[in-house]
Amino acid sequence: MNLYLKNVFILVGNITAFSSRFFKEVFKTGFEFREFARQCYSIGYKSLPLVTITGFIMGLVLTIQSRPAMAKFGAESWIPGMVSLSLIREIAPVITALICAGRISSGIGAELGSMKVTEQIDAMEVSAINPYKYLVVTRTVATTLMIPILVIYADLIGILGGYIGVNMHGEVNIVRYFSQVFESLEYVDLLPATIKTFFFGFFIGIIGCYEGFNASSGTESVGKAANSAVVSASLTIFIIDMIAVQLTDLFF
Amino acid sequence: METMAKNTLKTGEHPNHQPLIMFKEVYKSFGANNVLNGISFSVNKGENLIILGRSGSGKSVAVKCLVGLTKADKGEITVMGKDVTKLNEQELNQIRMKIGFLFQNGALYDSMTVRQNLAFTLEHNNRNLSKAEVDTAILEALTNVGLADAIDKMPSELSGGMRKRIGLARALIIKPEIIIYDEPTAGLDAITAREIIELIRSIKVKYNATSIIITHDLTCAKYTGDRIIVLKDGIIKAEGSYDDIENNTDEWIKSFFQK
Ligand SMILES: Nc1ncnc2c1ncn2[C@@H]1O[C@H](COP(=O)(O)OP(=O)(O)OP(=O)(O)O)[C@@H](O)[C@H]1O
Ligand SMILES: [Mg+2]
Repeated sequence: MNLYLKNVFILVGNITAFSSRFFKEVFKTGFEFREFARQCYSIGYKSLPLVTITGFIMGLVLTIQSRPAMAKFGAESWIPGMVSLSLIREIAPVITALICAGRISSGIGAELGSMKVTEQIDAMEVSAINPYKYLVVTRTVATTLMIPILVIYADLIGILGGYIGVNMHGEVNIVRYFSQVFESLEYVDLLPATIKTFFFGFFIGIIGCYEGFNASSGTESVGKAANSAVVSASLTIFIIDMIAVQLTDLFF
Repeated sequence: METMAKNTLKTGEHPNHQPLIMFKEVYKSFGANNVLNGISFSVNKGENLIILGRSGSGKSVAVKCLVGLTKADKGEITVMGKDVTKLNEQELNQIRMKIGFLFQNGALYDSMTVRQNLAFTLEHNNRNLSKAEVDTAILEALTNVGLADAIDKMPSELSGGMRKRIGLARALIIKPEIIIYDEPTAGLDAITAREIIELIRSIKVKYNATSIIITHDLTCAKYTGDRIIVLKDGIIKAEGSYDDIENNTDEWIKSFFQK
C-alpha cells in the first residue's frame, strides 16, 4: 500500500514535470501546423462515429430510464429539461472524455511508445528536431481543442436521442421539445461544463504522450504504455470532474 | 580555450593538432550494469574509426553518449572542440546538425513515406532550402544507396536491408561532417554489403567526412577503417590498424578473427 501510494505520487510528479515542459514549448516559435492539422483530423474527425453512437444512446437511455420516476410525480413534461441538463452538465462530458481516453490516449501512448522503442524519437533528436515540440505539443493542443468540440457535438446528439426517447410514449412536437430543452438551460450550465472539457482534453493528450515517451525498450512496453495511458487518463478525468463540480458549486 | 573553441566552430575549421572527436575517461552504467568503464579514444578529422566488440559491449551506448542521446555519468566527450556533456539543448543541436547518424535498426519514421523521411530533417532545421533543392537532395541520396525507386513506399513495405539503406540515405542527406554508422552492413547480403562499403569509402573521399563505424563485419572493418578500437567489458582492449589487431596475440581478440 505504501509502495503503491509512493508510485502514485511519483507518477503525478512526473506528469506534472512533463506538462510544465508543454507550457514552455507551446509558446516557442515554429508551431508544427501540418502535424497539428493531421492530429486534429485523426483525433477529432475520426472519433465522430464513436461519439455519435454513444451520445445518441446516452440521451435515449437516460430519457427512457427517468420516465417512470418522473411519471410518479406527474412531471413528464420536465423530462426534456432534466435530461438535457444532466447530459450537458455531467454525462456527455464525462462519457465522451472516457471514450476518448480509451481511443485517443491509448492510441497516442502506443504510437509514441513504438516510436520510442524503435528509436524514432532518438532519430528526431539527433537530427536536431525537438521531438517534444513535434510530437507532444501538436497532439496535446489537438486533444485540448478537439475534446470540447466532441463534447458539444455529443450534447446535441444526446438531446436528439432524448427526443426519440420522449417520442416512444406518444408523439411530441420537435419544436416543443427543443423549446422545453432550451427553457431549462442557462448560461451557467454550459460554461463550467465546457471549461472542464478543455482540461479533460489536455490530460487525455498529455498522459498519452507521457506514457509513450516513457516506454522502456521492448515491444511489450508499447502495450503497457497504451494500457497505463487509458487507466491514468480515465482516473484523471474523474478527479478533474470532482474538482470541477466542487468549484462550480462554489462559484455559480 | 573557450573562445578559441567558439571560433573554431563558427568557421568550421579545426586546428590540426586537435582531434575532431575525443572521449576522455567516459563512464556509463545503467543501474548495476556498468557498460562503459572509462573509455578514452579520439578520432582525427577525415579519419574512419572502427569500433569492434561483441554484442552488448556498449558500442551503441558510446556513440549515443557522443550525440547526447544518453548522458554519460562521468568523463569528457569533446566534439569539434566542445564538451557535449556540458552543452545545453541549443548548443548541442548546433553540433547535431553536422552529424549524420545511422541507427542500428534504421529508425525510419513509420508514419511517413521514404520521401518524407528524407525530407523531414531538411525541412525542419531552418536550412532554408527550396522545394526543388530538397527534391534533388532526396533523389541524390536515394540513388547513392540504390533505392531511387522506393521513394514513395512506406517503411513497412521495405525489407530490413532496404530500411537500413534508407536510414543511411537519411543520415547522409544533410552532408554531415561527422557520420556515425551503427552496423551499416549487418543484415545485408554480401553484394549489397560490398556496395555499402564502397559507399562509405567514397563518402570519406567526397566529403572529407569523419566517421565512426560500429561493426561486426571484418570485411567492412578492413576496407572502410583507418584505425580500429576493440571494446570489451567497457574498456578499450586494443587499438591499431586492421593488421595490428589481426596479429594481436591476445586470445580473446584472436577469437574474433577465427572463421
Ligand atoms: N536505455 C538503456 N537502459 C538500460 N540498459 C541499457 C540501455 N541501453 C543499453 N543498455 C545496456 O547496455 C549494454 C550495451 O548495450 P549496447 O546497445 O551499447 O550494445 P552493443 O555493443 O551496441 O551491442 P550490439 O552489437 O548487439 O548492438 C547492454 O547490456 C544493454 O542491456
Ligand atoms: Mg548496438
